[in-house]
Amino acid sequence: MMDRREPLDQIKSRRDSALSALVSGVPYLTWMGIRFDRRGDELTAILPYDEKLIGNPLLPAIHGGVTAAFLETAAIIELAWTAMWEDLESGRIVPDAAVTDSLPRLPKTIDFTVDYLRSGLPRDAYARARVVRSGRRYASVQVEAWQDNRARLLAQATGHFLMPQG
Amino acid sequence: MSQTDQTRIAQQFIEAIPHARALGMRVDDLGEGAATISMPWAEHLVGDPRSGVVHGGVVSALMDTCCGAAVMAHPSGPGSTATIDLRIDYMRSANKGQRITAKAHCYHITRTVAFVRAVALDEDEENPVAAATGAFTVER
Repeated sequence: MMDRREPLDQIKSRRDSALSALVSGVPYLTWMGIRFDRRGDELTAILPYDEKLIGNPLLPAIHGGVTAAFLETAAIIELAWTAMWEDLESGRIVPDAAVTDSLPRLPKTIDFTVDYLRSGLPRDAYARARVVRSGRRYASVQVEAWQDNRARLLAQATGHFLMPQG
Repeated sequence: MSQTDQTRIAQQFIEAIPHARALGMRVDDLGEGAATISMPWAEHLVGDPRSGVVHGGVVSALMDTCCGAAVMAHPSGPGSTATIDLRIDYMRSANKGQRITAKAHCYHITRTVAFVRAVALDEDEENPVAAATGAFTVER
């Protein structure tokens, strides 16, 4: 049950440390420099610009594979976050990056389709994912990424995922 | 120009791409509208710490680069290319510690669009890790 009187700093610290454990548990996210911003349960993935993300040095433009990876990451973390929310809030789980077994198992990508709408500028990118449908076994997730303007999408993607069992 | 010259030029082209260089990509072969590019497994590319399997995003980057290279290697000589859409099917996890190799084939090209198919393999070449289909722009 939700405790209406639970101290605010305790709530924030529980959610922030769980999110940070989820993200820092994946070496590739650290290497890419991907971070997550949280507002309540809403997540925004952030990909700070870095020279190693460039795919076309002449334009310059971010690598299409980087855009795909960023969108896929945003989808997986959103899905894992949504799936663990109830257990986190009730205190059934306390994810800790130092203890691999305390981290929730991540969903596995079945397929992922990226629609490239603009070439990626050499600046920060943002992404938000929406779980369209999440069943016991399969989930369908939609993701949008943008840079300077939320309405001018860099790319969008849709993917199917296999949910961890047990 | 011999095939090895072409592969060497393609390797220089790949090394001029910061992200491809960061992932340690290597051009293994280049043919007419076809490319084979591989990269090593590395600890910092792991997406699942329990199994040590590389993140799907790494496979995406390799597939995207390889598909783009296959378009550029088409005999009709595109000036440049960019991804319009790319779909990847993940059939199984790549084995920890093994090299991943992508093989792409540009099977149709028009004046403006190239259609590409690719597979990603680890050392167990009988069982592909992933398959991709994509559409790419063609700048003449």
